This record gives sequence, C-alpha cells and structure tokens, in this order.
Amino acid sequence: MYVRQVELVDFRSYPQVSVTLDPGPSVFVGPNGQGKTNLMEALGYLATLGSHRVSSDAPLVRAGAERAVVRAVVVNDGRELLVELELVPGKANRARLNRSPVPRAREILGALRTVLFAPEDLALVRGDPAERRRYLDELLVARYPRYAGVRADYERVLKQRNALLRTSYLARRAGGRRKVDSGDPAVAADLRTLDVWDSHLARHGADLVAGRLELVAGLVPHLEKAYDAVSQGKGRARAAYKSTVDGDGSGELTPDRDVLTARLSAALAKARPSEVERGTTLHGPHRDELLLTLGDLPVRGYASHGECWSFALALRLASFELLRAAGAEPVLILDDVFAELDAGRRERLADLVAGADQVLVTCAVAADVPEALQGGRFDVAAGEVRRVV
Amino acid sequence: MYEGAIQDLIDELGRLPGVGPKSAQRIAFHILSAEQADVTRLATALRRVKEQVRFCRICFNVAEADECRICRDARRTDEVLCVVEEPKDVVAIERTGEFRGRYHVLGGAINPLEGVGPDNLRIRELMTRLSGGAVKELILATDPNTEGEATATYLALLVKPMGIAVTRLASGLPVGGDLEYADEITLGRAFEGRRALDV
Ligand SMILES: Nc1ncnc2c1ncn2[C@@H]1O[C@H](COP(=O)(O)OP(=O)(O)OP(=O)(O)O)[C@@H](O)[C@H]1O
Ligand SMILES: [Mg+2]
Ligand SMILES: [Zn+2]
Repeated sequence: MYVRQVELVDFRSYPQVSVTLDPGPSVFVGPNGQGKTNLMEALGYLATLGSHRVSSDAPLVRAGAERAVVRAVVVNDGRELLVELELVPGKANRARLNRSPVPRAREILGALRTVLFAPEDLALVRGDPAERRRYLDELLVARYPRYAGVRADYERVLKQRNALLRTSYLARRAGGRRKVDSGDPAVAADLRTLDVWDSHLARHGADLVAGRLELVAGLVPHLEKAYDAVSQGKGRARAAYKSTVDGDGSGELTPDRDVLTARLSAALAKARPSEVERGTTLHGPHRDELLLTLGDLPVRGYASHGECWSFALALRLASFELLRAAGAEPVLILDDVFAELDAGRRERLADLVAGADQVLVTCAVAADVPEALQGGRFDVAAGEVRRVV
Repeated sequence: MYEGAIQDLIDELGRLPGVGPKSAQRIAFHILSAEQADVTRLATALRRVKEQVRFCRICFNVAEADECRICRDARRTDEVLCVVEEPKDVVAIERTGEFRGRYHVLGGAINPLEGVGPDNLRIRELMTRLSGGAVKELILATDPNTEGEATATYLALLVKPMGIAVTRLASGLPVGGDLEYADEITLGRAFEGRRALDV
C-alpha cells in the first residue's frame, strides 16, 4: 500500500498543500516548526481518525479556519482509492470514498493503514500501563477489525458495572447496616444485576485478553528482531502480557476464551467484597499490563534514554512487520527518528525499512538521513512542500 | 434572545430530544408564520397526548383505553409473550407481521449509568403475568446493545426456575443498535430465527 497523493486544506499550519509521492522511501527535510510533523499527522489521522499528538480536533484546524480537509489517493494492490475527510471541531467528521459520502466516518478505516513512529512514543515505554494497552489494542484492531467491537462492548459493560458498584445501594449498604449476605430483597436484586454484569464483563473481557495474548505471541519475535537491529545487538528485548485475569499473575495464560471467561469470573467473585467497597472493577483487561524487558531488567525505571527510544521504535517496527507479514502492509511513517540515533543505528534502521512499500521519514537536518535511504526528497518550509530530488 | 412568547417557544422546543438551538428557532418561526388552524391542531394534539394516552394496564404499551388494541385482540395467542423496552419497539415488530402473540413493555433497560435498576422497570408486573401459567415461550426482544443484553440475561435468570422457554432474537440485527431502526425484513428474520437463551 502507498499514498500516491496527499492534499491538505486548512490542516494545522497549511492553508493548502498538495504532495505527489512515489512508492518506497521519501524524506521530508526542513527546520523546526515548518510543518513536517503536521503532514505526517494528517496521514495518521486519515488512517486512524485520531491524532498522535492531541485528543481533540480543534488544534488540527488552521487557526482562523472553520474546517480542515485531508484527502489522499491510496494505491493498494494496483487499485486506487480516493479517501477524503473533513474535520469540523465539535461535530462529527464527514468522509467520502471515491467521491461518494459514507454514512459514518469510521467506514474509511482500513482504506489507508499507517504505522507511525513519533517522539511522543517514548511514552509507550516510560508511561503508564494504559499507554501499552492502547498500543496493543490499536494493533489488535488493525490486524483483526472485529476487536473494535469487542473493545467497545467491554468498555461499555465496564462503565455500567462501575456505575453500579459506585452508586448502588450495595456500596452504601455493605458499609452500613445491611450486609451483602443479609437476605434483604433489594440487596438481592442488586446482587443479581451485578451477577449479570459480571458474566458479560467476563465474556467480553476474556475475548479481549485472548486477542491480546495471541497478538503478543505473534509480536514478540518481530520485537526482538527490530530491537536487535536498531540497538546493534545490545540486549534482548522482550514483551510479556501480565493479566489481572490470572489471580496472582503468576500462571501461564493461554488464549482459550472459555478458560479465560471462567478465570475472570472467578477473579471477580473473589474480589467482590473489595470491589464493592472501592466502587470499581479491579480485574479485567483494563488493568492488565504489557511488561517490557531488556535483558533481565524491566525497561520502565531501568533503561537509559537511548534504550527507551530504541525500544519504542522497535515496538512500532514490530507492529509494521506483523501487519506486513499478515499481508496488509501499512505505510510506515517515521517522524524525527534519526536525530536520536547514532550513525550505526541510522544505517541499520535504513536497511531495515528500505524494502517497505512506502516509508515517509522526516528530519530537521538533511545530513542525518543515511545514504541507504534513497528516494524522493522534499523540502518543507513555511507551509510549502517542494520536491527537490 | 427574542422577546417573550417566541423565546419561550424556542426554549421549550430546544428541550426536545434531537432539537438543537438552530432547529428550535427555525421551528418556532415556522409556527409563528403558519395558519392559525394548523397551529391549533398541533396544540390540540400536544394537549391530547397527555390527557388521553395512557399505558395499557396489562402490557404497558401506549393505549387510549384501559387495555391496548393488542391485549384486547382475541385472535392473538397468550402462549407467546414478547418483552420489549419501549412502545416504539412494539410498532417495529408489528410492522414485520411475523408475531401473533402478546407484548410486555418494560419501559427501558437496566442502565446503572442512568440510575435504572430492575425496580424502575415493569419487571414485577411481568413476573405476575408469567405466574398466570398461560405463557409457554418468552421472547426477549430488548435492544441488541450492552444494556439490552444485560436486561435479557437478568430476565432469563429470573424466569429460568419457572420452566418457561426463553428465547432471544437471532443475531443479524445491527449490534449496538436500536430495535426500532432494524428494517422489517431483518427484524422478521431475527424473529423467525430466535433461539434458546442459556444462562
Ligand atoms: N492549528 C494550527 N494553525 C496554525 N498553525 C499551526 C496549527 N497547529 C500547529 N501550527 C504550527 O505548525 C508548526 C509546527 O509544525 P510541525 O509540528 O509540523 O513542525 P515540524 O516541521 O515537525 O518541526 P520539528 O522539526 O520541530 O518537529 C508550529 O509553528 C505551529 O505553530
Ligand atoms: Mg516534528
Ligand atoms: Zn396491552
């Protein structure tokens, strides 16, 4: 898959820009603040309907403008698809495929697929577990789109269950006069609805955990290889899925949905008194962690800045390789990746990605781009993108 | 801000579901410029709906008498009872022409986020109806979303000891959606393909 053309109107710093691209590598060079990341962000947005930098749409629309448009011609298996998206902050996005409006913007998901690495990804290894769960789930949905539904169902059930735990009579009564096991009919009714939420949470949760376990199993070999490449053989990178479904977190989990459902149900039953007391759900994929290790040590809290950077990059490259191996090769976007790597690592990285259908690279200093990355060169300056090679 | 009556009307319309401030203003000025007779008819309809429409004392569907048209219809069977969330779901199912049993309208679904528990729904009344012994099959036609599924499971657990067959509409309905938005053919198929619900 590759982007043959991309056009932005009032997106970020660009009043209007149109760029024609070739398959293979393209490098975007320009001083700080000239719009390199903005262009990459636009493509990422078209692929995921979200920005890797901000959670609201307002900053994506050029200051003073009302709406932004991102459109791209995507070539996949020789077929061209025109994908268009209009962003109006505070309103639903509007999208078109080959000029026909689609009822909901998310129907364009999959038309363009990207894996984007950016400086913000340092949070993947240094940040909270939530960052790594999001990383896993995004990749899971890209690989198997049905998990978008599983995840939405799980989150909705979780919200409802937490609301029940928080606001129900149960929470108050458990601490007050009437005990959970008192036989009081109102308490019994609350408990029965909690049973229902437990069973639905366990079913959706087990499905999500199973998906993540399968994904991690497929991802780890790619991760090891990618880290080995960018670190030039300094340390072995591993990732292991640690689940709260697994009681004390010691056992080996297999992606068997029935077993996982039973385990999560048991964990919820056991934790019920403390969940009722604390008013929140303590077990399930929303509390799980992807544990990253380098050699024998965890990355978080131990690894150096450069190691963290390389690990984050390796996670994205592993995503890319996993999707590529599955026959759905995304466009690889590397924003500001070379500045942080020494010359040897740059060369290795360039070799690694040189064979991609399309890789888009940004960089402030042209000299940072390794020789091996032959392809289109673009100068980015003051909202203009000009092809130079 | 407009003066007096017109602003009052805009404010009232703006409180309706799905009506934003701009639409409220447009509707208000449409009414202002409409024929007197048309406006009177609208006002009468609004007043009548609160004065005359009641809830059927058996199934809690909307009705203009003590009992609704469906509950009074002697040609329908008492052996199959279909549980729905809202009166609009009865209308949607009736449109399919597939169903000849009776209904029970819960008045919503279990939804802790909105403070709706079993006691806020017509569940006690449902259990009373079922204890009458005439019902052989209970069809749970709550919406195919998180809250509708939870309500269906909850009811299935309650009814299980009574030995009544409990079924759920076949999949094929748009997941996460509202029953009322399913087209007749899809909904009709879901009815025909209903299956036992294990809990
Ligand atoms: N909504 C907006 N309207 C106008 N300008 C914007 C908007 N959002 C961002 N900008 C401008 O875009 C510029 C940043 O562009 P971008 O992040 O693409 O820089 P860059 O070329 O990637 O720089 P660096 O090399 O520092 O990463 C900033 O100068 C910022 O003021
Ligand atoms: Mg940048
Ligand atoms: Zn009735």
